[in-house]
Amino acid sequence: MSGFFDIPSDLQNTYWGLVGLHLREALIPVVAGLVIALPIAQLCVRLRWLYPPVLWITTVLYAIPSLAFFVVLIDYTGQTETTVMIPLAVYSLVVFVPAIVDGVRSVPQETLDAATAMGLGPIRRYIQVQLPIAAPAIIAGLRVATVSSISLVSVGMLIGNQGGLGNLLNDGMIYHQPRLIWLSVIGTAVLAILADAVLVVIRLVVTPWMPRGGRKTRPVDEPARPEPAAPALEDAVR
Amino acid sequence: MIRIDSVTKRYPDGTVAVDRLSLEIPDRSITVLVGPSGCGKTTTLRMINRMIEPTEGTILIDGKDIMKQPVNTLRRSMGYVIQNAGLFQHRTIIDNIATVPRLLGWSKDKARERARELMGRVGLDGALAKRYPYQLSGGQQQRVGVARALAADPPVLLMDEPFSAVDPVVRKGLQDELLRIQDELGKTIVFVTHDIDEAVKIGTMVAVMRTGGKLAQFAPPAELLSSPADAFVEDFLGADRGIRRLSFFSSAGLDLLTTPIVAVDATAEQIAARTAPDAPYLLVTDLDGKPLGWSEPDALTAGRIDPTRLVSHGRPFVHGKESLRAALDGAVLSPTGWAVAVDTEGRVAGVVSQQTIGEAIRAAHAEGRADAKVAG
Repeated sequence: MSGFFDIPSDLQNTYWGLVGLHLREALIPVVAGLVIALPIAQLCVRLRWLYPPVLWITTVLYAIPSLAFFVVLIDYTGQTETTVMIPLAVYSLVVFVPAIVDGVRSVPQETLDAATAMGLGPIRRYIQVQLPIAAPAIIAGLRVATVSSISLVSVGMLIGNQGGLGNLLNDGMIYHQPRLIWLSVIGTAVLAILADAVLVVIRLVVTPWMPRGGRKTRPVDEPARPEPAAPALEDAVR
Repeated sequence: MIRIDSVTKRYPDGTVAVDRLSLEIPDRSITVLVGPSGCGKTTTLRMINRMIEPTEGTILIDGKDIMKQPVNTLRRSMGYVIQNAGLFQHRTIIDNIATVPRLLGWSKDKARERARELMGRVGLDGALAKRYPYQLSGGQQQRVGVARALAADPPVLLMDEPFSAVDPVVRKGLQDELLRIQDELGKTIVFVTHDIDEAVKIGTMVAVMRTGGKLAQFAPPAELLSSPADAFVEDFLGADRGIRRLSFFSSAGLDLLTTPIVAVDATAEQIAARTAPDAPYLLVTDLDGKPLGWSEPDALTAGRIDPTRLVSHGRPFVHGKESLRAALDGAVLSPTGWAVAVDTEGRVAGVVSQQTIGEAIRAAHAEGRADAKVAG
């Protein structure tokens, strides 16, 4: 009798190997998306007129099915992880750009004036004042993007076992083994929940200056963010 | 000295925020820019540290054109305090205060040591050092704002409606604190407010500006109250400028009457002896000499005076320290029309009638003197 976590040999990997692969394929795009979104968002803050069209473009990109992306990308990047990760990075922009723009805009004008008047140049002001104050909003975006990315990676199985835990879905169907499907679905969900928890802890650690929510006086929490359930549903449709 | 020389700020859409303004802001004093919304007072202030750049004209500090200095060097040589303090919410109180010293390249320890020293100076408990701004009250935040502005010991302090967002009691405390700090440090302070009472209270010189960015009058507060330049300034000063001007006359010259005062345990003889023909009432004090209230002599029972049956004595004024305004206020507040003068310990120094105060006011006006500002 083989172990619960044993998986078919055609995947040429262990279960934990797939978990690692899944995480890498999910998280690298999120980090890349964040790095791309920061300058775009800063441009949108600087040039107000740019924000609506940028938002429109990120939404349209988000609406492109990943399969369509793969078809185009395979010509350039082949059946590789990169082909899976590029669309994921693009999708994350729809969350990051508004999160960062709102976060940076939420810095009070007095605070910016005070920073300028104290002789902080624009770059110092951005790094020392605007970004730290926008951190809670950015981390809120990061949570949504991470969870969504973790659930989306599975689709990579369509281009030849590049879907991390998603590859088990295919195998489960081929070999009629519900166990593999459970391993895939539950594994993905657990990864998403753990990643989200880690980000919550990070937020608590990096923002000791935020009023902590007591039951009596509920202070301003992080700026409104979409319910994680909403993108998850959209992903299910995809 | 900060010299603003026919400075104009015109925006691309043609709006003129400041119109050929010239001002000489003396060193080591508080110059207040006051006026209604849209009079260009904040614009003027912000031109001094180049947050806004003038369209025409020059601003010189100690003879040097501010446009010829690197902008961040200029700004770090000036403290800046704004409404709502504008603290960095993500930094502790002590690190907020240490911001400019750190920018100037001080070591972290030296900057924090300086920040601690300043917390004491502005009346903040050192225990707050590691707190974050959200944990402080509005008044405390504003004190942090002042400390932060003073951190690098700049010669110039720019204050833009710094106390407008706090309640009146806290505001009075902050104003008194500012005057005290100014006595110790002697900065060149430019202070913007829309509140003429605040301007008169803290200003050494007051510049009244009118809509359109024009200077209406530039004068010491007492002169402003006694001889407003035109109808606009007069109107802006409000209906009771005569009363407010009394703030500038000391109560030291008032002739106090010391006869009609008895202690609460007075005997019949004492009551009789103290009853004076020119004072229809007797002031009853407690055994420490602190005022309790007024009574007609006939209504007093010797030996056991009931303090609850006395008539209110209004707010006593501190003789010599407070102004004729405080004295008059005390007289008006008491149904007897007499004001009670106390010493700094709160013990009765004498009493004075509205009539006597009125004579003192007329005399003061006749002399045309305006004393250095007196408290209250």
